Amino acid sequence: MTAILFLLPIALLLGGAGLGAFLWALKSGQFDDPDGAAARILLDDDLEESDEEEEDPTP
Amino acid sequence: MTAAVVETEIGCPSGLEPPAHGVSIDPAPFVRRSNGLARLDLAVFGAKCAGCIRKIESAMNALPEMQSARLNLSTGRLSLVWKDGAFAPKEIAERLDAIGYRAAPFDPEKVEQESDREGRRLLRSLAVAGFATANVMLLSVSVWAGGGEMGPATRELMHWVSAMIAVPAALYAGRPFFSSALRALKSGHANMDVPISLAVLLALSLSLFEFFKGGPHTYFDAAVMLLFFLLIGRYLDHRLRLRARAAARDLLALQAATTSRLNEDGTLTSVAARDIVPGDRLLLAPGDRAPVDCVIEEGSSNLDMSLVSGESAPVHAQEGTSLYSGVLNLTAKLTVRATKNVDASLVADLTRLIEAGEQSKSRYIRLADKAASLYVPVVHSLALATFLGWMFLAEAGLRVSVMNAVAVLIITCPCALGLAAPAVQVVATGRLFRSGVLVKSGDALERLAEIDAVVFDKTGTLTYGKPRLANRAEISDEALHAAAALARISRHPLARAIVAEAGPGKPAPDAVETAGAGIEGTIDGAPARLGRAAWVGAETAAEDDAQETWLRLGDAPPVRFRFEDRLREDARESIADLEKLGLEVEMLSGDRQPAAASIAQRLGLKTWRAGLKPQQKIERLDALKEKGVKVAMVGDGLNDAPSLASAHASFSPGSAADASQAAADYVYQGDNLAPIAETVMVARAARRRMLENFGFAAFYNVCAVPLAALGHVTPLIAAIAMSGSSIIVTLNALRLSMGARRKS
Repeated sequence: MTAILFLLPIALLLGGAGLGAFLWALKSGQFDDPDGAAARILLDDDLEESDEEEEDPTP
Repeated sequence: MTAAVVETEIGCPSGLEPPAHGVSIDPAPFVRRSNGLARLDLAVFGAKCAGCIRKIESAMNALPEMQSARLNLSTGRLSLVWKDGAFAPKEIAERLDAIGYRAAPFDPEKVEQESDREGRRLLRSLAVAGFATANVMLLSVSVWAGGGEMGPATRELMHWVSAMIAVPAALYAGRPFFSSALRALKSGHANMDVPISLAVLLALSLSLFEFFKGGPHTYFDAAVMLLFFLLIGRYLDHRLRLRARAAARDLLALQAATTSRLNEDGTLTSVAARDIVPGDRLLLAPGDRAPVDCVIEEGSSNLDMSLVSGESAPVHAQEGTSLYSGVLNLTAKLTVRATKNVDASLVADLTRLIEAGEQSKSRYIRLADKAASLYVPVVHSLALATFLGWMFLAEAGLRVSVMNAVAVLIITCPCALGLAAPAVQVVATGRLFRSGVLVKSGDALERLAEIDAVVFDKTGTLTYGKPRLANRAEISDEALHAAAALARISRHPLARAIVAEAGPGKPAPDAVETAGAGIEGTIDGAPARLGRAAWVGAETAAEDDAQETWLRLGDAPPVRFRFEDRLREDARESIADLEKLGLEVEMLSGDRQPAAASIAQRLGLKTWRAGLKPQQKIERLDALKEKGVKVAMVGDGLNDAPSLASAHASFSPGSAADASQAAADYVYQGDNLAPIAETVMVARAARRRMLENFGFAAFYNVCAVPLAALGHVTPLIAAIAMSGSSIIVTLNALRLSMGARRKS
């Protein structure tokens, strides 16, 4: 039965950490622009401008 | 690729949204300045994909001294920060216009932020309630499962930990309900939140009391689980409303327009529309809308009067012509004198009509509210009866009586009722969204399910609303491409139709447009003219020359380009489908009698009216309403916006004017009318699901209340009943989208 004495706090801590992480994410604006975040992954803005033009396939 | 090539592709590269052009507004009055930095928030319309983000952000970052440019794709808000004085704010609007997006300044004090705060509060409450539900349930299950084996000391520890979690969590997560219940009680009536708050607070205090007495039963888990389920429903509902508000924002943006005022000394100042007084001289560039009612002092141009008539065929106007506000200047620069201020102008009148319509709609009582008004008194009297029965008839003592009365309150608490409507609405809107229909408010589905008649506007709704080249076969490729080279410099609808037919290409380098006449330039060394028959030097037999244009290329005989506004391909079938659903179909048009008659005949419509002004359309709708007919209106023009707002339910195509989209309940994408009949069917199915859900909730209560009143409900049974009923209601709602998948 002594097991629950440390299992309970561990369970609560883990749950609390999850809750804290969510509230932090909400506060720091992670959910402000869900559509934009989904679209931005497609942008190649980390490539140099010249690279992009070379890759541009000319049909 | 060289930089000299003119970028022909404008607007959203995915083609999801047609490019906007020629409506740039000077945002100078809306720039906020501090510490040498200038900040501006713009509402950008037409941005739909990653390509849009890149186009817009890179165009903005190319401006000198731009420090940050970020587009929020979900809200359409573009936030800009730059070093003050590096460039004129008008350049921002011009650049956006050049790449095919329309922008309007955000009035920072407007509603948007507040509503977002409400959503975050709900989401935070939801997270806290979810955390508490999971953890308290974990502890409660061990108490229930432990049964006889668990010693009282261990059980007390479990209850103690549960209380430590549940009490603060419920007080925090329950705030949206408590405050709403308090507001309702203060104004002297009871809403759904009153029994919810009562159940939560009573369950908490009863459990605390039991816990201190060392009793075996506590309801901590029930209190937080109840809040968790209800918050899910509340949040879904809020999301739907938020989307409706984002659409209404367009109309506000239209009013935040600015114009260039001509001062005495010939200089220009940019002013907000609300600051214009009668007598001001204003400059209207091509692409500007008249901000107030005014009269032309200098210049002549083609105007888009669709705000008044709904017809997009341009009208030629010169000195002395009076313009209504909202009229769009298409071709040449005009100097006008304001005759009214903005509140007395036509756009303000339309806005007032729209608001009046929306107010009458807001009086609509939702199914859920109807259920709640029945539910609240019944549940409270049942709980009271239980308490009195146990107290005086069974003489069971205060503790048992209160315990059983609270059990009645908890078990009847409207979890299923709170989820019944929002779950169905979210599933139905999701299904419609996949078929290209945007639903702007939850109760729109309920209203649409009740309609008996559908009223169509003609131009732009039953027809494409845009001229298309009708005699392509009679025109040689050479003539078409020559005409397109001239037409590319113009915003005139007929010119745009020629360009659309010819496809992308380069404009003629020296082409010049003359308002009311046409375009002139050189094609392959030969002089060329595209425009009115008389100006080009051609003989025309047409009685209505607004629907044709002529091209003269060098010495060759003039070529005639004829245009027509075509019926949408599936207009006939869609109307038949609607009639099959048992709906009356009617057409109201602002167009002239003969044009409307020919369309009505081709569609087989029995009832139609032509030559109507916006006010008359509303009168017709009101007349139908008085007869007890519930009408769904379908329209696209600015002049339809008031009737869209006052109809029982309303549709507008994605190509419609912003104000119309803002006023309509549903916005459908694409060139077809088929989504209308489908939406009606989904709305009716959604209403059936909702009624089933309410029926189920009622049935569940009929079974559960006697058990609770007789004292047979333990916290375990309450937990199972509550989650079980919520799950059944949600699954029933999901059937809506499963049906669609099977069909496709």
